Amino acid sequence: MYDAMSKAVLVVAVFVVAVMVNFRPAPALAGDTLYTALGGNEGIVRLVDKATEEFLADPRISNTFADTNIARFKEKLAEQFCELSGGPCVYSGQDMHAAHKGLKLRSRDFSALVENLQVAMGKCDIPFSTQNKLLALLAPMHRDVVTQ
Amino acid sequence: MLATGGASQVEGAGGGGLATWAMITGYGSRDGIGANTHFTYVGLSDFSLKSYGFAIGLHDRLELSYARQAFDTEDAGITLGLGQNFKFNQDIYGIKLRLVGDAVHDQDTWLPQISVGVQHKRADRGQVIRLIGGRSDRGTDFYAAASKLFLSESLLVNATLRATKANQFGLLGFGGDRENGYSATYEASAAYLLNKHLALGAEYRTKPDNLSFARENAAYSLFASVFPNKHISMTLAYVDLGDIALHPDQRGIYASLQAGF
Ligand code: HEM
Repeated sequence: MYDAMSKAVLVVAVFVVAVMVNFRPAPALAGDTLYTALGGNEGIVRLVDKATEEFLADPRISNTFADTNIARFKEKLAEQFCELSGGPCVYSGQDMHAAHKGLKLRSRDFSALVENLQVAMGKCDIPFSTQNKLLALLAPMHRDVVTQ
Repeated sequence: MLATGGASQVEGAGGGGLATWAMITGYGSRDGIGANTHFTYVGLSDFSLKSYGFAIGLHDRLELSYARQAFDTEDAGITLGLGQNFKFNQDIYGIKLRLVGDAVHDQDTWLPQISVGVQHKRADRGQVIRLIGGRSDRGTDFYAAASKLFLSESLLVNATLRATKANQFGLLGFGGDRENGYSATYEASAAYLLNKHLALGAEYRTKPDNLSFARENAAYSLFASVFPNKHISMTLAYVDLGDIALHPDQRGIYASLQAGF
């Protein structure tokens, strides 16, 4: 029993060390939010541009955007990312259920969109752990966006 | 958001190497069928274990799995009086049902994904199993698993509670002369996602101790998993299964190749 306990402690200890070794504290800037980590408004606009490029180039989901006013879409998406990440914006678009219900989206469409967003964040040199912080805010929208 | 659509544990169900997860194989796709195959080799101080199998996930709700394990006694087979390279084999049929939660998408609640499952195991060396004090060559495990991805921390955590009679996962039969009832065992694991292609983690799993001829201990592993793309993953681990059949400190490497969609 003691043996089992000490092994458990060892496993946890090694794991904690592994996590700590890889933990890179974000620079302690004033207003140290996800918004600043994403590069502020400029960074978010750039990310939304790149991401939209990826969405429109992906045959799995590009058709969904056939009738979309892309300029408005980019503007609203940037606004939403800004607000979600703690920036000084107020999202003025439709709520997520209303914006997507007519599109009859499936879970695989959501996954495809997330994959494209990850590619875009990579191209914008956003660190993996920062990417996951943004994705953590978007993931629950699966509930409202996926209706099929 | 997870780097892979599925990984299998050593008994064939969706999970890590030793530990079972609440996730349903192919969880990337709620609207279809996912599948995963695995081939695993474990090289220990005195023994080796091979396992292969597959799992099918249906609509992120139900998982069906099969695994075949071959435990090779290598040279230890001689001292155990069984003969060199005497093998214990086992077939494992599994079913898992997701009850509540979505480990990946529910990032705004603490509720984990919770699943329950059954693994029916059939070992092939009934005579030897009874000789060493085992009561049966067939057994059924029941478990409940909880998994949660803490995405903002890039951390995946799992805990499983299992009711089992299995000796060394069932390879040495079920129940024994020391204890013949069900034991409550647990599995815990955590993985840290370093980037899109690499995760590091640890697992711990307790086992019953039913046979008086040889002690059985808990198992643990430290692993690194690589995901070159969504369909392939490779896991390399240092594993410690404790004492097995009078041979102390069975440690070694665990290598697993997995492919799925
Ligand atoms: C977390 C995931 C998602 C977020 C945060 C998101 C965000 C948004 C936003 C802010 C808008 C603008 C709403 C407005 O115009 O008022 C929008 C519209 C739209 N989204 Fe999404 N979306 C998500 C998932 C998806 C998915 C999975 C698809 C399809 C693959 C998709 C396709 C569209 C389309 C086509 C429009 C424009 C609809 C129209 O023309 O009216 N979205 N989305």
